[in-house]
Amino acid sequence: MRHIISILMENEAGALSRVAGLFSARGYNIESLTVAPTEDPSLSRMTLVTTGTDQIIEQITKQLNKLIDVVKLMDMCEGEHIEREMMLIKVRAVGEGREEIKRMADIFRGRIIDVTDALYTIEVTGTSSKLDAFIEAINTGDIIEVVRSGVTGIARGERALHV
Amino acid sequence: MELTGAEIFVRCLEKQGVKHVFGYPGGAVLPIYDAFDQQDSVEHILVRHEQAATHAADGYARATGRPGVVLVTSGPGATNAVTGIATAYMDSIPLVVFAGQVPTALIGNDAFQEVDNVGITRPCVKHNFLVKDVKDLAMTIRKAFYVATTGRPGPVVVDIPKDVSTLKAEFHYPKHVKMRSYNPVSKGHPRQIRKAMELMLSAKRPMLYTGGGVILGNASKQLVELTKALGFPITNTLMGLGAYPATDRQFVGMLGMHGTYEANMAMHNCDVLIAIGARFDDRVTGNIEKFCPTAKIIHVDIDPASISKNVVVDVPIVGPVDQVLKAMIAHLKENKAKPDAAALKAWWKQIEEWRAMDCLKYSTDSEQIKPQAVVETLYKVTKGNAYISSDVGQHQMFAAQFYKFDKPNRWINSGGLGTMGFGLPAAMGVQIAHPRSTVACITGEGSIQMCIQELSTCLQYNLPIKIINLNNGFLGMVRQWQEFFYQGRYAMSYMESLPDFVKLAEAYGHVGMQISRPEDVESALKEAMKIKDRLVFMDFLIDPNENVYPMIPAGAGQNEMILV
Repeated sequence: MRHIISILMENEAGALSRVAGLFSARGYNIESLTVAPTEDPSLSRMTLVTTGTDQIIEQITKQLNKLIDVVKLMDMCEGEHIEREMMLIKVRAVGEGREEIKRMADIFRGRIIDVTDALYTIEVTGTSSKLDAFIEAINTGDIIEVVRSGVTGIARGERALHV
Repeated sequence: MELTGAEIFVRCLEKQGVKHVFGYPGGAVLPIYDAFDQQDSVEHILVRHEQAATHAADGYARATGRPGVVLVTSGPGATNAVTGIATAYMDSIPLVVFAGQVPTALIGNDAFQEVDNVGITRPCVKHNFLVKDVKDLAMTIRKAFYVATTGRPGPVVVDIPKDVSTLKAEFHYPKHVKMRSYNPVSKGHPRQIRKAMELMLSAKRPMLYTGGGVILGNASKQLVELTKALGFPITNTLMGLGAYPATDRQFVGMLGMHGTYEANMAMHNCDVLIAIGARFDDRVTGNIEKFCPTAKIIHVDIDPASISKNVVVDVPIVGPVDQVLKAMIAHLKENKAKPDAAALKAWWKQIEEWRAMDCLKYSTDSEQIKPQAVVETLYKVTKGNAYISSDVGQHQMFAAQFYKFDKPNRWINSGGLGTMGFGLPAAMGVQIAHPRSTVACITGEGSIQMCIQELSTCLQYNLPIKIINLNNGFLGMVRQWQEFFYQGRYAMSYMESLPDFVKLAEAYGHVGMQISRPEDVESALKEAMKIKDRLVFMDFLIDPNENVYPMIPAGAGQNEMILV
């Protein structure tokens, strides 16, 4: 099962490597990982996507909690949540295809953020599967470059991860 | 008044109540050593290799329950310490290891004697720090001791760049420390404790399985009280020996790969297993698929991550072992509850039948000295009162099987990491902590040579350790596996050109003895124990073909032991 784990941690040098090191040392998967400071500059928030059986996910959360720099964490998938990932994608846009790509970007509520006579750079935001679907929808040969931010997420309603 | 970082460092150790530091100087820690020289409340023990400094501090911590403290220089000083840090980490021993670092301005420049010590030690410490500002030094040291000694203990590394120890700051040592990200559990959940008690009291074939956590948690007294009150059989792990008196009838011996037949059979056949401060290590469980097939499992541990890591448990209790055991004892008294006496009687009858197999018996009609006999005689001669350190291999298992530990903190061995070379430096730490006690290091000719240079330290500090070298000319445990599982191809397990250990001991200024006949074992041990003020190196030439039994081969269940 795929899980999104959000972690609040001390904004200290090396905190990120403690998490990354834990995953490689114990053989856990990381699908994506994002990290940035929060409104409180002493705290970083990390969002990590991993897969595993319930027992493995339980071990992952326990081992993460054991790291001294980790203040708090939440498995987003334990409740209702919103998941977002941002993608910037540079595609060849010439001839008849140019209009088609523009239409596709509109369907996916993407925005064209850079234009040349032969290229569009498009920004798309959504769940990871929506971004996957957008890539699918574009002719592979037209894709020049893809960059994805990795998943971030937040719980719905009153449930919140804060100190 | 402003003090230099080095002065702050020394003052912090004083405030922390540190009496001994094990270390080795070098360029990056020269300012700290200079400050050491100008005080007399902390004694520095100069080892001969940084690995030995960490093992000595580790032995000190295991024998006293107080954190061991280490000071080494940057680069190779720090990397040499890593084996000792990893050893302490695997056995949850509280250490605070201070390492020098190149000046902050040079970090990352591949400077002379620079390594990324925080990076190298990260996977084998409970936590580590790099102090970048002298203003943070005192607080960081306070935090290091706090983290190392609370919750599930472990080693903490503090890297101190050279300029941090020469720059000045106001000195203030915080009395209390609070970390929002670190709050060890202080109390087991009452409802879980009640559930556990109900399950224990309903058991027909109960079994107590307790580990090093009982010793680390200082809960031996409570464990004995609860076990006596329940009348259940109890086994200790290699790390837990001494937490329950080995001479007591309810003790069925150590369990695991080289545990007793009765302990392993009782584990396999029990219906309620009560694991306390133990972590279901692979050397204990054998094949996990076949582990305790009929048991409901209760697990008490201070570390939530230990629970259901290897074996899924039915009643988890996260909390300090002493507090949880006290609550269990109180529950028994309040409810005047008693276990099922008839079922327990039948269970004990079965266990006594297993015990009657006498699985540890060995042949004594040989012309050669049996290693088991040496340990048994040592037990007799020291009246079971010695602190015993060991190295790793067959001798370690013989020591665990045949020296009956009745008290905690007496058995000092590297259980988790299995570090050869641990025994002698660990014994030094124990002897420094308990200068008037008998300290013996049970070792082999392979292990002892991994930190043999410490014989020099022993002379400098006049440490009258008794080294029991069970010399069979082989890396015994490797040879045993090769005999059993590699058709007797003894690849690299035979050591040629062994030194003359008697002469070697004498060269280092100690007493050397060689014992080759079984009838001399007891008199030699008695003679050595009479020498109270000198180290005695006793080289026992033992039967090279002796194996450790019983044995659970890799992949087998606990009921599938090889007996003699």
